[in-house]
This record gives sequence, structure tokens and C-alpha cells, in this order.
Amino acid sequence: MEYLHNEYFLMTLTFGSYFLARRLQAWTRWTWLNPILVSIAVLIIFLRVAGIDYEVYHQAGQKIDFWLRPAVVALGLPLYRQLKAIRRQLLPILLSQLAGCLTGIVSVVLIAQGLGASREVTLSLVPKSVTTPIAMEVTNTLGGIPSLTAAIVVLVGILGAVVGFKVMTIGHVRKPDSQGIGIGTAAHAVGTSAAIAHGEIEGVFSSLGLILNGILTAVLASTVVSWLLPQVG
Amino acid sequence: MFRQFAIIIGCLALGEGIVWLTGVPVPSSILGLLLLTAGLQMGVIKEEWVGTLSDFLTHNMGFFFVPPGVALMLHLELIQREWLPITVAVLVSTLLVLLVTAWTHRAVCSLQQKLKDKKN
Repeated sequence: MEYLHNEYFLMTLTFGSYFLARRLQAWTRWTWLNPILVSIAVLIIFLRVAGIDYEVYHQAGQKIDFWLRPAVVALGLPLYRQLKAIRRQLLPILLSQLAGCLTGIVSVVLIAQGLGASREVTLSLVPKSVTTPIAMEVTNTLGGIPSLTAAIVVLVGILGAVVGFKVMTIGHVRKPDSQGIGIGTAAHAVGTSAAIAHGEIEGVFSSLGLILNGILTAVLASTVVSWLLPQVG
Repeated sequence: MFRQFAIIIGCLALGEGIVWLTGVPVPSSILGLLLLTAGLQMGVIKEEWVGTLSDFLTHNMGFFFVPPGVALMLHLELIQREWLPITVAVLVSTLLVLLVTAWTHRAVCSLQQKLKDKKN
């Protein structure tokens, strides 16, 4: 069944499963039936059953995830539309970003180490909240496993997109800008797409969280990790 | 449509160029994003020149995460071995980031508002 390795076939499968997964979610209205998660599960099961290696799928998949970077660039437009609102809040934005970035790195390292995760896995979890292209670069510098990071990042994004606004309600956060910035900081672009669906302000502040936490994590991760796990040096 | 692609991919290409020239530890996509915002703000780029493609890309961003997620199949054994620390660390840490960021933002905003009210 050499045909199953055909990249157009594998791309069709990716587009098709996402399309059907979205239909399924619209029909069931069950938030946990996230279309990204469902598509990933369907594709993994298919590839395993058909005995196709990930590397073969990756040939087709990279044509799709190529668009991830242009999509991050495109967030420049909503950011521009809200520049005035942002200028008024420079201090709250910067301080919350610093708090969120450090909380994310420190908590994930301490919990993973405390529960006995291996060093490689712990390092791969450090950039879990930032968007894939950035996260993979960070893991690479730290000495983790970039493809594990890529997958974890997607799962974290889905988690943030699905529970983000509920967590905000439980935490009594009702300001749309505070909600947005929390979701973008914790759950990068996947969270941001959920925030955009919620409203323009939520979407823009989520984009800000995505941008600033991306930059901060890229800059701070190796320093903070070397304090927490000194043998890295 | 070609202008839309040229501008957005162009911002990314410029971002890649900056990283290549200076070696700054900032991802090219973030630099491209900032370049696009700067271009719009300075009026070099008009909103309608990028609007259609930008809206399409930002509204469908989730789909581009499907292929990287499939990489999970490479690590099923590793995850089986260390599922507990991975799950707990990721879950707790994500919830903490959500709340700490939102709470800090809200607290600093209301502090600023109070200082302003005192001045008046």
C-alpha cells in the first residue's frame, strides 16, 4: 500500500479529519471534543494501524505547519488595531507577563522534578506555554527533546482554549483584557484563537500574551533553568 | 491577494533576515509580527492590504497545530513511562500561569486607577 505514503493523500487526510472534527464539535457542542485534539488522535491511530512512520507523515505535515509562522506574523494586524488600548496599560502588561513567564517555568520544573520526571523530559516541558516555533528553539538550547515539546505545546494550547475562560470565571476575573492576557500567556496561539472567537479585546490581549511570553521565555528560560537545575551550568 | 501574501510572508522574511544578521534570540515570526504592526502604525502598510489573509490565518490558526501534535506518536513510550509527572506538571503549571497572569494584570490595573483617582 505504497499509495498511503502519498503526501497529497496524507494532506487530504489532515484537512478532512479537521473538517469532520469541527462538524462533530458543532453538532455535539462538547468543548472537550476539540477539533485539533480529535484530528491528532485520528491521524495517530491511522498512521499506527497503516504502519506509516512519523517521518513519512511529516513530509506532508510540514507543508501545513509551515503556515504557523505566517499566522503568528498576521497577529500584527489585531495588535495594530488595539495599540491605543495597549499604550494605556504598559505597566500592567509588562508586570503580568513577567509574573506569568516566571510562574510557568518555575512551577513546571519543580513539579516535574518533584514527581520524578527525567531531566530530558523536564527540560522539554519548560517552554510549554509558548508557540511551537519558539518552544522548539528553546528546548533545543536547553537540551530537551524538541518534538516532544511540539506535541506538549499543542496539548497545553488545547487545554487553555478549552478551560481558559472557565478558569477565569472560577478565579473571579471578569475584565476581558485580564482574561485575554492570561489565556495568551498560558496557551499561546491555540488559546488566542479561542480568545479571538470570544471578542476583539480578549483576542488582542491574548496575542500580547503570546508575543511577550514568547520573547520573555526565549530570553529568560536558560538562566532560570540553570538556577533551578544547577548541574546544567 | 498577491499583495497580501507578499506583505505577510515579506515581514517573516525580514524577520528571518534580522535573526540571520544579528543572531538575536527572538524568533523570526515574532519579529515579523512586530514589523507588520510597525508598518501599519507608520502608514507604510494599509490595513486593507493585509486584512483578508490576516483574518484567515488568525482565525484558523488551530489547524496549523495538527501536524506538530502528531509528533506525539514518536514519544508514546516515554509518555507511558513518565505520564504522571508530565500530566500533573503541565496541568498545574498551566492553571497557575492562567491565574497568576490575569490576577497580576488586574491588580496592577486597579492600582493604577486608584493612583489616578487620588491625583484628581
